[in-house]
Order: sequence, then C-alpha cells, then structure tokens
Amino acid sequence: MLLFDFEKPLFELEKKIAELKKFSAEKGIDLGNEVRTLELRADELKGKIYDHLEPWQCAQVARHPERPNFFDYVPYLFEDFIELRGDRHYADDRSIAAGIAVFQGTPVTVVAQVKGKDTKENLQRNFGMPHPEGYRKALRLMEQAEKFRRPILTFIDTPGAACDLSAEERGQGEAIARCLIAMARFTVPVISTIIGEGGSGGALALAAGDLLLMLEHSYFSVIAPESCANILWKDVSRAREASTALKYMSKDLYQLKIVDRIIKEPIGGAHRNHRQSAESIGQALAEELQRLQAQDPQSLRDQRYQKIRAIGVFSEGTVNATETVSPT
Amino acid sequence: MLKDVFRKPTKYVTIKSVPAIQPRLPLEADPSEQKSAERKELPDNLWVKCPGCGEVHFTKNLEEYAQVCVKCSYHFRMNARQRVDLLLDAGSFQEWNADLVSVDPLEFPGYKEKIAQERQKTKMTEGVLTGLGSIEQMPVACLVSENAFFMGSMGSAIGEKIARAIERAIAMGIPVLSITSSGGARMQEGILSLYQMAKTSAALERLSEAGLLYLSVLTNPTYGGVTASYAMLGDVIIAEPGALIGFTGPNIIKQTIGKELPLGAQTAEFNQAHGFVDLIVDRTQLRHMLEKLLRYHRREA
Ligand SMILES: [Zn+2]
Repeated sequence: MLLFDFEKPLFELEKKIAELKKFSAEKGIDLGNEVRTLELRADELKGKIYDHLEPWQCAQVARHPERPNFFDYVPYLFEDFIELRGDRHYADDRSIAAGIAVFQGTPVTVVAQVKGKDTKENLQRNFGMPHPEGYRKALRLMEQAEKFRRPILTFIDTPGAACDLSAEERGQGEAIARCLIAMARFTVPVISTIIGEGGSGGALALAAGDLLLMLEHSYFSVIAPESCANILWKDVSRAREASTALKYMSKDLYQLKIVDRIIKEPIGGAHRNHRQSAESIGQALAEELQRLQAQDPQSLRDQRYQKIRAIGVFSEGTVNATETVSPT
Repeated sequence: MLKDVFRKPTKYVTIKSVPAIQPRLPLEADPSEQKSAERKELPDNLWVKCPGCGEVHFTKNLEEYAQVCVKCSYHFRMNARQRVDLLLDAGSFQEWNADLVSVDPLEFPGYKEKIAQERQKTKMTEGVLTGLGSIEQMPVACLVSENAFFMGSMGSAIGEKIARAIERAIAMGIPVLSITSSGGARMQEGILSLYQMAKTSAALERLSEAGLLYLSVLTNPTYGGVTASYAMLGDVIIAEPGALIGFTGPNIIKQTIGKELPLGAQTAEFNQAHGFVDLIVDRTQLRHMLEKLLRYHRREA
C-alpha cells in the first residue's frame, strides 16, 4: 500500500509487526500478545494522524489510488446493480456509471462517478472526468427515476469535469446546467455522497440534491488546490497553502451547512478497509433514505429548494449603495 | 459550414437600423476600468484602436455606436450600466438589492482588499446589476453582469441577487433577461460560490414552471460556473458576435491538450454551430430582437 510521508511514523511500526508475524509463523512461536500490542499502537497512531489531517493531506487521502471507488462499494451496498448505458444522443461515458440497484430491498437509481484502478481503466474512464454525454446519461437516468418514483443515490468522485476541446464542442456547461435545474424539479429523494474527490462544477452537477453526505476524508472544492495556487501566486508548489484557504474538508463543509452528514471512515482511511467504509455508508444512506421517503413528495421538493436557496454568506444594508453607484 | 464558423465578421453597421439607442451621458467611470490595452496606449482615452480591424475610433463615436466598430463590427466590452442604457427604455431601470454585497466568509487571503478595490474601480457594489426595467413598455427583470468587477465572478452575493430577482419576476409574473459576462465561480468564496450555480438554476426551474420566459444573452467572455448554470438555461439563448463562451478557459484547455485551440473555438459562432446558441445578434440589433421576443411571449392581460 502506498504510504504518505505524513504516515512515516507508521512505517517502522508496520514493518516490525510484519516481521514478528513472519518470525512467529516460521518458528512456530506464539507472539500473539506482542503483535496485538503493536497493532493497537499502530491503530492509535493512525487514528492520531487521521484525526489531524491537514487540508493538503486530506486531498492526498481522497486521491489515494487504493481508495475504494464506486464499484468497490457495489457488492457491499446493493443486492443487485444493473448498469444502464449511454446518453441516447452521442455516446456512453464510462466516467459515470449509472443504473438500477436494489438497496436494502428498495429499487433505487444510482449515478456514480468512477475513477479507474489502473492506467488502462483510467484511460477508459477518463480519470473520472465526465464529458457532457456523461452528465446527459446521468440526467436521462435521473429523469427515469422520477418517472418510476425511485429514489436517486449519487456518488461523487471526480477531479472535475472533462476540460478538453471535445467537452466544449458538446456543451459541457449546458450539460452540467441541465443536471442542476433538473435536480430542483424532482419529487423523489435525491441523496448525494462524496466518496473521494469532489472537483468543482463537475462534482456539483450530481450534488444538488436533498442531502449531501460526505466520507470524512473526502474533499469538495470549487477548484483544485494546485490550480488555485497557480491562479493566486502563479506557483503550483504552493498548493498546500491554497488548500488551507479553500476550506474544503468535510468538517469545514459541515460548518458551512453544505454537508448534512459526515460519514466516519475506518481508522487510517477508507483505503485500509473497504468493507467497513461501505458499511458506514450503507448505514447512513439507509437512515437518511428512510427519513426522506416518509415525506410528501411536494414538500420534499420545496425543502430541497429552501436548502439550496439558503446557501451563501453575504451582507445587506451595510454599504451605502448610492455612494458607490456611478451616475449614469 | 466550417468556413462560415470561422469567418471574420465583415458586416457593416448601419446606424439607421439601430432601434432606439438611448442617448447616454458621458461615462464617468474611472479610466482604469477600460480594460483593453489599446485604450491605454492612446492619450487621454480619446482614441481607441479596434482589435478587429485596426481602425482608430474616437471614444465618443464608439459610444454612439453601442461600442461596436462601424468598420468591422468588432464588439468592444461594455459595462453593466451601459448595457442597461442601451437595451432598456430610458429611465425605466430600477435597481434591486444594490446594498447586497459580498463578505469574506472563508477569510480568504486578500479577498476583502480585492472587493474594496473592485468597488473603487467600478463604482459598483457587486459584479451583477439586477432590477426592473422595460423594453418598449414591456416589463422585464434584468440580471446584468459587470465583468469589470472581479471578472463578473459569481460569489454568494451575486447568486443571491440573481435568485431574488428571479423570484421577484415570478411574483410579478414577468420575464427575465440576463446579460452575462463572467469568469465563472468566485474561488475566494470556496464551495459557497460553487453552490450559487445550483441556487440560480433552481430559481430558474421555478420561473420555468411558472411558464415565464427567460432570455439569456451571452457576451464576451462567459465562462465556468456561469456558463454551467443560469447562462445556458435560457428559453432563447442569444450571443453577441465573436463573444467567447465556454466551460473551461482557453488557457486550461491549452495546457490539457498541449496545443493551441483551433481558430474560432469557443466563439459565439462555434457555440451556435455546435447547437448551444439560438441566435447571434449584433449589439446594435439586440434591443430590437429582445423587443420582438418579449412581444411574442406576451401574456394576455
Ligand atoms: Zn474594427
């Protein structure tokens, strides 16, 4: 497993545990107590490190190559998943997987951004960066969910929407805007969960639902810290500084009332225990879905409007507008 | 077809065909708001060299021609108040929520100072002007970007002003007209600025449900979070000739694809050829086109 530099204190400890286990197996000596003591210490250390992640470290964890992607969660979360493909206009975008799934006995529509596990898959999935046809597939299947009264679960994990010429030719802006306006229209519950990277407008397109859940060490930002540093200081190496300024961690977003519920990750991050992470997601989704399904569809939609409508911080009546307005 | 897309505009402007351009008082804005480098090279801002054809114009003359080059039809940038003067019935505009302004919710480095600077520079309180106006006595709620204010970037205040204006239009039963020019979401407000895209789109959903018209005019430049929200949701989408419109800025795309963008990419004409713009309307004809569209969507009283 890839270890980060901020996990250095763990290197020695984990090496020692591995050695002890090997020694114990080879010599047939029971070192269970010693191993357990060290493992407890390692867990404690992981907990300490991960409880105090800096924003920049958080982005690295969210991008960890072994961090579970949507398909890692599927077998734990759903009894069945039928992937439906294509936007019916242009193509099938593999950076978004969508379809019908059965969640705890209830058929739901699932729309998920998917990053690849290796180079080959990443090329297929464009590193999880959707093109307009991906958003149009998402829109098609969300509209289908509305028609058949299925709740919508979206899973967000993208560095951002595709930013090449073909995306422009096929109307990236329009495709995202259509997802946003549609989400305001639905009367079925829409729950979004950020499981890894929440990269700007490309992530937002699937995150304007009733509720936004977020895995503890995910991030959701208006701009990637590297790009932010580049714009502010023309210096990508200051990304760490930029990430502090952007306040994109789950705890920040909870405070800003963007995120409704933070989902705890296994000790040392979701990449260390996919199953446990899936169980936490499943539990949160089940509770929230039950709550939303008990509501009348129209009031659900009104509440969603009020929630989105209330986001933002501004001031009113503090400046003398007539002083700053030029006479025309 | 492709030749058409990338052709240089050659149409001449005939002044007589300009419907009812309102007489305007001389601009009193700070000269620093005149973005184009060409203006600065020339003494006292009396002259402007056209980036389209090289023709040198009197600044005064340009004002009379809606900031359009009479020789090559190049559209110079305009500020929000000039737009209002050009498009709406004289004296009809009543501004809404002028005192609704940005704060610095994330304590982002340099943001407060930047806002103060932009206010000084533009004499505007924020990067969008909203209010009620009329075109040939037909009332319309207006959302007009001020690009000179922090590139018209959308933060909480802009999103709130736009949502309120749309909600007011719904309550009044009148159409909405937006004139966009923006770099996108305002990074300095982090995630809060991103959600203004969702907020403005949700408000437009309600407008649409009320059966009210939404006209979106895209002007140079319209990018990022504004393109990916209210700008692209018009019942009719109009663009000014040559305006650059896109999701990702050309420099980022250049970095991504590792070469120059093809000539004409992201122009109004490119967007029309790809199916994202209904009409490309010369600025001198814009009021007339808006008047017709409003008239054809008029509701029986
Ligand atoms: Zn010219």
